[in-house]
Amino acid sequence: MTAAAPDPKANMGQPVPRYDAAAKVTGRATYGSDMPLDNPAYAFLVTSAIARGRINSFDLHDAKNVRGVIDIVTHENAPKLKESKLFSNGGYAGTTIQPLKSADIAHDGEIIAVVVAESYEAAREAANRVKVSYSAATPSASFDSPGTTKAAAKGQNAQFKEDPQVGDFAKAFEEAEVKVTASYDTPTQHHNPMELFSTSCAWMGDNLVIYEPSQYVYGLKNGVAEQLGIDADKVRVVNPYVGGGFGSRGSMTPRTAIIAGIAKRLNRPIKLVPTRDQGFTIATYRAETRHEIKLGAGRDGKLVALRHEGAEVSSRADAYCVGGTKTTARLYACPNVDSLVSIVRADRNTPGFMRSPPEVPYLFALESAMDELAVKLNMDPVELRRVNDTTNEPIGGKPYTSRSLMACFDEAAKAFGWSQRSAAPKSMSDGDWLIGYGCAATCYPTQMAPAAARVRLQRDGRTRVEIAGHEIGTGAYTILAQTAAERLGVPLEKVAVFVGDSDLPPGPVAGGSNSTASTCSAVMMVCDQIRQRLFKAVMPGDTLTDKAKETIGLSQAPTTQAAKGDRPLDIEKAFDALGAGVVEEYGEWKPDGAPLDSFKAMHSGHVRIVGGAAMKDKIAYAFGAEFVEVRVNRYTHEIRAPRLVGAFAAGRIMNPRTTRSQLMGGLIWGMSSALLEATEIDERTARYVNDNFADYLVPVNADVPGVEVILLSEQDDHINPAGAKGLGELANVGTNAAICNAIYHATGQRIRKLPVRLENIEV
Amino acid sequence: MRPFSYQRATDPGMAVQALSAAAAANNPLTQANAQPLAGGTTLIDLMKLDVMRPAAIVDINPLARGWSAIDPGADNLRLGALAKMSDVAAHDQIQRSYPVIANSLKLAASAQLRNMATLGGNVMQRTRCSYFRDVSYENCNKRNPGSGCAAMDGVNRMHAVLGTSDQCIATYPGDFAQALIALDATVEITGRSGTRGMPFAELHKAPGNTPEIETALQPGELISAFVIPGRWPRSVYLKARDRQSYEFALSSAAVALDVQDGTIRDARVALGGVATVPWRAREAEALLRGQRFDDGLAQRVADTAFADAKGRQYNSFKIALGKRVVARALQQAATMEI
Repeated sequence: MTAAAPDPKANMGQPVPRYDAAAKVTGRATYGSDMPLDNPAYAFLVTSAIARGRINSFDLHDAKNVRGVIDIVTHENAPKLKESKLFSNGGYAGTTIQPLKSADIAHDGEIIAVVVAESYEAAREAANRVKVSYSAATPSASFDSPGTTKAAAKGQNAQFKEDPQVGDFAKAFEEAEVKVTASYDTPTQHHNPMELFSTSCAWMGDNLVIYEPSQYVYGLKNGVAEQLGIDADKVRVVNPYVGGGFGSRGSMTPRTAIIAGIAKRLNRPIKLVPTRDQGFTIATYRAETRHEIKLGAGRDGKLVALRHEGAEVSSRADAYCVGGTKTTARLYACPNVDSLVSIVRADRNTPGFMRSPPEVPYLFALESAMDELAVKLNMDPVELRRVNDTTNEPIGGKPYTSRSLMACFDEAAKAFGWSQRSAAPKSMSDGDWLIGYGCAATCYPTQMAPAAARVRLQRDGRTRVEIAGHEIGTGAYTILAQTAAERLGVPLEKVAVFVGDSDLPPGPVAGGSNSTASTCSAVMMVCDQIRQRLFKAVMPGDTLTDKAKETIGLSQAPTTQAAKGDRPLDIEKAFDALGAGVVEEYGEWKPDGAPLDSFKAMHSGHVRIVGGAAMKDKIAYAFGAEFVEVRVNRYTHEIRAPRLVGAFAAGRIMNPRTTRSQLMGGLIWGMSSALLEATEIDERTARYVNDNFADYLVPVNADVPGVEVILLSEQDDHINPAGAKGLGELANVGTNAAICNAIYHATGQRIRKLPVRLENIEV
Repeated sequence: MRPFSYQRATDPGMAVQALSAAAAANNPLTQANAQPLAGGTTLIDLMKLDVMRPAAIVDINPLARGWSAIDPGADNLRLGALAKMSDVAAHDQIQRSYPVIANSLKLAASAQLRNMATLGGNVMQRTRCSYFRDVSYENCNKRNPGSGCAAMDGVNRMHAVLGTSDQCIATYPGDFAQALIALDATVEITGRSGTRGMPFAELHKAPGNTPEIETALQPGELISAFVIPGRWPRSVYLKARDRQSYEFALSSAAVALDVQDGTIRDARVALGGVATVPWRAREAEALLRGQRFDDGLAQRVADTAFADAKGRQYNSFKIALGKRVVARALQQAATMEI
């Protein structure tokens, strides 16, 4: 085995190569804007240069004179669209700010016109020639701007149900022997998936096909149908490959229905490929947050009081928030907990999900504060976590279904060489570089959602798996093929997988790291339906015991008899008995605790995710521990992170190769989030300034010479049939705090605001 | 991008003629109707952004046959303007005798860009000011003379602290130019009346009241070569930046020393990432001549180099950073094994 394909440990699948590897490396994988259209027109967006105000008028003279221009759509002549509710309020949309509806402008970079032309080049040129006259009003950019309003999240956001509290925080904090009070800030960030926010819309009579990178084809299908006022069955969304999502494609953006409406009016397929900088304002983003943490502990390190207050920016229109206190209030044993989340409204687009939305900012605050507490206690930060480890969360006393946090700390510490750390700040160096070691816990809720699948098995073993899941680069094709191959006992290469199409049985949003647990559980269930049909054919009248159902496998190995117990069943004989060439089964699976309307909601594109802290009698999270070596140049104060080591446990690991890749990407993103990524806002205009890949920095290879991922064996029988905990959003959570903790160790300086830049270092 | 005509110039005369024909009076060269195309790494970028809107592109790559030689002579180094950054950076003799040149090139951009970009185009690359590069901001004196400067009180972390005016604080972004100005390079310019030489230090124009005028080049003129006198084996290019590669300098220093028997006979200090133009710290470097090197002297040089620096809201850190970069570069040069 190689580093890229680690040996499977107990409860891990095989590290088989990616199902779509050859297609991707040879360029055969077709993304949304690669889909061939018949005689398409090309759209180019014009976006607003002000964040608040009105459009007085357009001067379209020069633009219309560009050869090849077909139409220029503004609020004065745009197709009328129905409103859609916010995703987190039971709708489909990532924002309720609907562009082209009126002359009003609600945020920087709002779509104000769509130029349609015979070529992309003509559309772009004409868009450059559109002149706009504005009446600009003074916008409120962010937290410190005049004109913002602040209110508690509870009561204005349907998904934020509680500010977790237990015991008597005030009294316990007052009486605590050791206290930490500290404030932390995280910046605006943008997902910047490689594939742009493209959309192609083609009508065939009353039927609409949308080719668009989406993390939720059923949501998009139903949402666009709602906005257009047509039957959802007339809309199909197709995206066999998605060039990265990271949450930015989980909810519907306004562009899709706009393009669909224009395509209908022009009676012609339209292809829209927005620019990179437009992607900063026509989709969502991670909003800036602020936190105050109060920790009280005994001299033994045991927490006695914890308070986490968070504030998040949202738009005027929508009360979006991530509210990570549901996690931070429950991570450690602590009898007295208080929390409060508030939303600050500014003249911005509505923020949205971005990889580990609540955990990234909220755990940065908590895990930094834990390090500060360890320093005050003169205690090893790993030991502080051990002292406060728990089997039950403190708010409701519910047991964690499994929790390998300290095992992860111990494995990662060993691999990293934590014992070589000299505890005093500024005590390690190498030439021009001060060296710091830091660590932090990472976690992510284990979530599941209803999912349906169709599986077809032929007598020669060829198998077809269909589910409207999403291949966003994570390995969905691969693990679905592995799941079916294993469950049906057919060779992996005989399994064909189809995802990314709303004509397939409904799958959940590829968000909240629920895809693996949900789609694999559904496919397992449907494979079992096939097995049962074959068994019944071979053994009519015989009711299989549960044990037999679990242990009887299918096999193409020629066996002379069908058997129950532990013997494999000959597939060809079973087909002979059945008298058929193909067995096809459809099934709908839902997790324990899913609401009654789960299956109905699944078809109408409404998410019913369960899990994490929201379960009735248990709590389920994946855990990990992350260690980093930071180097700070004593002359230039440049900060580098040459070593990132993470150990993770997440129930069944479906494929160590794809898993490692996701976790490695997470660690790198975490480093990037801590040291590089911030979208800069011009305070005067509430506009993004560094809205491109040259100025919005992400790491290059030279920034990440050493990344090590360690997978721990963990078995959890209390979460879902697949036994899998989502891990796509696990690794980028702890890194932010681990890096700041390492910078403290290197320099003696505690930095509480991300990203950390060289001007923040005073050596 | 707007439509443009494309012409390949197969000899210098043709290029000069095509470029001068399109030049109009009172029009800054950067806004001339015809623009030369070498590596294209800045021009094409700015055309896509609608910042530059030339009607004609004159491709001068065919001139590479005569204009891309790398010629280290006994007394000087001659570099053709169409030599690729990567070829010069990898050249043995340049690495040995002019490490400040080799490293200023090697630490710039990415491998892919260095393979495309030429030396002449590199010194002519335009500022990375976000407000300049985004035409939706009306206020940019460089792009739209007289309209004001959005960066002055905007997000100006990357902006200049030296050579600024109340019209413009945009940073000159390159690295190689600092090595050239430090080493007293001459730039060889080919124009309508043949070839002329100009001190490299006179090529770039500080913004003053005319930030739209960036260089001393006249309509139709092209850089054909650079000549660097002497040899400078004791030289260093130190660059501080946010990430390890593929990023512009927050502060950089090109430093060259000529030390004999412990005494500094000649010294050169140039600054990057902090100034509106390639910046030679002449007063500062003069403190070194005739002296023996020590850290205190390096500190005085660094302080002098930034004596006139003016910081704004987000870039004031560059003054302290720049001083440390200069002092460290001097230490590295003084102690390097040659």
